[in-house]
Amino acid sequence: MTHIRLPEGLQGIRAAMAFRPETAKPLNELAEVLLHAPNSLTPGERELIATYVSSQNDCYFCQTVHGSIAAAHLDDDEELVRCVKTDFSQAAISDKLKALLAIAGKVQKGGKFVTAADVEAARKQGATDVEIHDTVLIAAAFCMYNRYVDGLDTWQPHDEELYRQRGKKTAREGYVTMSQEYLPQPHQQQGER
Amino acid sequence: MAHIPLPEQLPGISSAFAFRPETARPMRDLAHVLLHEPNSLSPGERELIATYVSSLNDCYFCQTSHGAAAACHLGDSATVKQVHADFEKASISEKLKRLLVIAGQVQRGGKNVTREAVAAARELGATDTEIHDTVLIAAAFCMYNRYVDGLATWQPHDESMYAQMGEHLAREGYKTPSVRPPVQG
Repeated sequence: MTHIRLPEGLQGIRAAMAFRPETAKPLNELAEVLLHAPNSLTPGERELIATYVSSQNDCYFCQTVHGSIAAAHLDDDEELVRCVKTDFSQAAISDKLKALLAIAGKVQKGGKFVTAADVEAARKQGATDVEIHDTVLIAAAFCMYNRYVDGLDTWQPHDEELYRQRGKKTAREGYVTMSQEYLPQPHQQQGER
Repeated sequence: MAHIPLPEQLPGISSAFAFRPETARPMRDLAHVLLHEPNSLSPGERELIATYVSSLNDCYFCQTSHGAAAACHLGDSATVKQVHADFEKASISEKLKRLLVIAGQVQRGGKNVTREAVAAARELGATDTEIHDTVLIAAAFCMYNRYVDGLATWQPHDESMYAQMGEHLAREGYKTPSVRPPVQG
């Protein structure tokens, strides 16, 4: 049972967001900019960073949802996603992304763990200032989303096919559009059921 | 020195916000809803939760600026110091103490929040929304703190600067910058 009474039938963060649409709006807008908006890092790369941090934080819902979105961006390569979670140094990803994942892992432990040497290593592989910034912020943001989802003890059913299908749709449509599926719409807020 | 070249003479998160306005906007909006908009928890109480989590995360900039905002709302800085030292002995409500327990659990990780902690807060009158907001404030400061320290932003030790920021935050909220770069020339 969840720690507070959340809307029924909604998994993970969706229930929390439907409970409090006022905070859901900026939370979705932040995810949209970080993960879906155009960027020199591909959506697949950014979703891998989100998935890796969520697995380090042991959040089932977030690592499964974002792992599915990452796979959808990466030709359905679910094995690659698993490999990044288990040991990214062995994964078939660029050296630049490996260096960025090392930074993300430091941020997950705490901001002060990021060293000048970590940043220099990423820069040597061609990472730009914005890419380093976005890596730090994606990792930091998932330290929030993960705590939000688990801190309310949300319902997180183990249903891989559900997350796979939703991952494809989110990869296509982004976070703000998808939020219309579960956030109360204006006419409902006026009392219609 | 910051890990990436951030706009100069802006402290802490202000420099990161100026570097990337696209992410700054939703981050400002989130803080504004959580800490400044009308709520059954007073702004002072919510700033104390933010300050407490920031001190657990050892983020100098966030704990000092939000501590200053809390002091401004509460009319004194003694309570902020008490919460920092040992909130169980601070002159705050029992309900807020129970919410701070939950916030501390979230800081260590979402799965650390216990049924007992939630039940204890509820017994003292905490509502579902107050428990929700406590969890999200604590979670959000695990983001803001990591963002500020993960980029190694400039965090001057300048009490009067934080006092001014605190006044701005308490009065205006989070939608606009609380510090501006000095006018050139």
